[in-house]
Amino acid sequence: MLMYIVLYLYKTTSINKRWVRGVNEMARKKTVMFALLFTLLILPVPEMNHSGKIHAFTNQVIQQGAVGQDVIELQARLKHLGFYSKDVDGVFGWSTYWAVRNFQYEFGMEIDGLVGPEMKNKLVKASKGYEQYLPSGDGQTNKQGQAQGGGGGGQQSTPSEPTAVNVPGGYSQNDIKLMANAVYGEARGEPYEGQVAVAAVILNRLDSATFPNTISGVIFEPRAFTAVADGQIWLTPNDTAEKAVIDAINGWDPSGNATYYFNPNTATSGWIWSRPQIKQIGKHIFCK
Amino acid sequence: MFRWITISLLTLLVVGVAVFAYKEHQDKNAILIQAENSYQRAFHELTSDVDTLHDKIGATLAMNTRKQLSPQMAEIWRITSEASSDVGQLPLTLLPFNKTEEFLFDIGDFAYNTAIRDLDKEPLSEEEIAGLEELYKQSGDIKNELRKVQNMVLKDNLRWMDVELALATNDETGDNTIINGFKTVEKSMDGFQQTNMETGISSRPDEKDLSHLKGEKINKDKAIQIAQEWFGEVEPSEFTITDSGKGADIPTVTASFHKDKRNGYMDMSKQGGYPLTIMVARDVEETKISLNEASNKAKEYVDKLELKDMELIESSQYDNVGVFRYVYTEDDIRYYPSTVQVKVALDNGEMLGLDALQYYSRPNESINQEPSLSEEEAKEMINPNLEVQENYLAVIENDAQELVLCYEFLTTKDDETYRIFINADNGEEEKVETLNTSEEKFTTDIS
Repeated sequence: MLMYIVLYLYKTTSINKRWVRGVNEMARKKTVMFALLFTLLILPVPEMNHSGKIHAFTNQVIQQGAVGQDVIELQARLKHLGFYSKDVDGVFGWSTYWAVRNFQYEFGMEIDGLVGPEMKNKLVKASKGYEQYLPSGDGQTNKQGQAQGGGGGGQQSTPSEPTAVNVPGGYSQNDIKLMANAVYGEARGEPYEGQVAVAAVILNRLDSATFPNTISGVIFEPRAFTAVADGQIWLTPNDTAEKAVIDAINGWDPSGNATYYFNPNTATSGWIWSRPQIKQIGKHIFCK
Repeated sequence: MFRWITISLLTLLVVGVAVFAYKEHQDKNAILIQAENSYQRAFHELTSDVDTLHDKIGATLAMNTRKQLSPQMAEIWRITSEASSDVGQLPLTLLPFNKTEEFLFDIGDFAYNTAIRDLDKEPLSEEEIAGLEELYKQSGDIKNELRKVQNMVLKDNLRWMDVELALATNDETGDNTIINGFKTVEKSMDGFQQTNMETGISSRPDEKDLSHLKGEKINKDKAIQIAQEWFGEVEPSEFTITDSGKGADIPTVTASFHKDKRNGYMDMSKQGGYPLTIMVARDVEETKISLNEASNKAKEYVDKLELKDMELIESSQYDNVGVFRYVYTEDDIRYYPSTVQVKVALDNGEMLGLDALQYYSRPNESINQEPSLSEEEAKEMINPNLEVQENYLAVIENDAQELVLCYEFLTTKDDETYRIFINADNGEEEKVETLNTSEEKFTTDIS
């Protein structure tokens, strides 16, 4: 490897030599020699750094559900060994879990689905040359990746980002986005729990006999949400609204199983006041 | 000269404005007509669906052959779901129209359960036939009332946009024919609810019940004290304590505080002060601890609830928080209805959320813990194309909302993972789930 580089450098400099005229030959040769020696000293170091620093597990024990660079490396290595066949996406899902377990079985380890130090050592030793399975775009510093951090953490340069995300309870990212839009349009000035509660009401309506059975059906039901009627649902939601939605899908329900809510200052319907009230969070009263 | 120029300019302006206004008016009308048309379509489809529904139920009553009954029930189920979808497209949300919607739901539910049941083994009981007759009567009433409304709408060219307007302007007492018509439909449903319950056709999911919890009713001071245990450095005066209202399934006390950067919210049961829902909202810094460390932290919080025998069954990372689901395990049996969830920040391991409502609202009812089938026998019930990876004993709630003891199998086929519950007594497949917890990012711009 190094030999080639040296040869290459020598070649290029000798070509250059022909172009540049009126330069002292001796001095030139000296420079070339010096440059060659210098490259010999310098080159190997960054090369080792390259493979050593960027693709290496951090110290964490990786478990199911984790997201980040460690998972990307884990998947790429398992794929190289033939334990894993899906895309290297950086999310430790079920397929990765089975791959880890099979690896642990084959290598005579305790089968627990956790990627600890022992497993990492064995994996690193067994999977030389796994780099081809790393997702493309690898090695580029990615600003977004740095901002997001990811499960690996603590690395200077970010090899590549996970290309998938965990989604709760069978809902898609687009469902979450749609709900976040509704929550933001309806309750963006509310405390966090108030936003979770509004998201929970949408989900409670899904289960209710008297409302449509899809998220879009519930949200776009005429006169159900003022934010839909006046177009505020199309404002761009912030992260808080999205987090509130994910919490609600994951089971948090501060509304107390409510299917309606209203703002007592602006409520236009007298009927809504007749519903049994559960509690007030922020400006909204939640009711059955 | 100057005057003429002014006059002609002004005239031009007036003409321009008039043309513009006319165009706007036309556009607005076009949109209104379109909205009106979609309301009209939903309404007329609803009436025709209810019509068909009534006919179909009538035909079922006359049917003798079981072979015919199942497809007929499937058809009824399909029509009810279409009818409910039509109702969902009409601006009726703030109208009392619940009973009719529940009625549609009940028929759908009943029809579905009958359609999938083996009627040769388990024919319709006397009670169910009586219930069906009742449904027939009810659907007839609804059909007639809706037909009346429809007739009025067609005769007088009534517009649904006026309904919208009437509802929007808080004209509750306003005399809108359509609204009144729907109120009559709703009124005709009064009293039917009870009979449906009696004939076993209506089965609404039971409400959460915490009456089995032990302990004294807590007062405000006690609530603050409990909240402090969970939130840490918050002064008692910073808490807002409120009691839940009359509509709550379970009486709860809510403690919340709002500081600059950290907000907290906590629901606890009035009886005994058990923490049900806890949420802490703050900005979470970059990830510093792994999901695995976070799960150890989460366990500490579960232990703080003084719940024993909780087993971690699911963990997921969302950006820089981890969410962990624990399930109650006794004698190696997982009780899926009794779950606790904990959300932990991945910057310092602080608990950001806890949800124990499910756990406390499910008293661990006694259930036969001895499976009549062996594990091998249960395994034979599984589709042979699946490869079984793990198995457990588990208690789940089935479609009929009964607790059943099952064998839980985690199986794979190609790259998919399935969770299959086989009833440990009769070998039926109670539930099959595709486990899919992640989704590809569609754009890299989402942040």
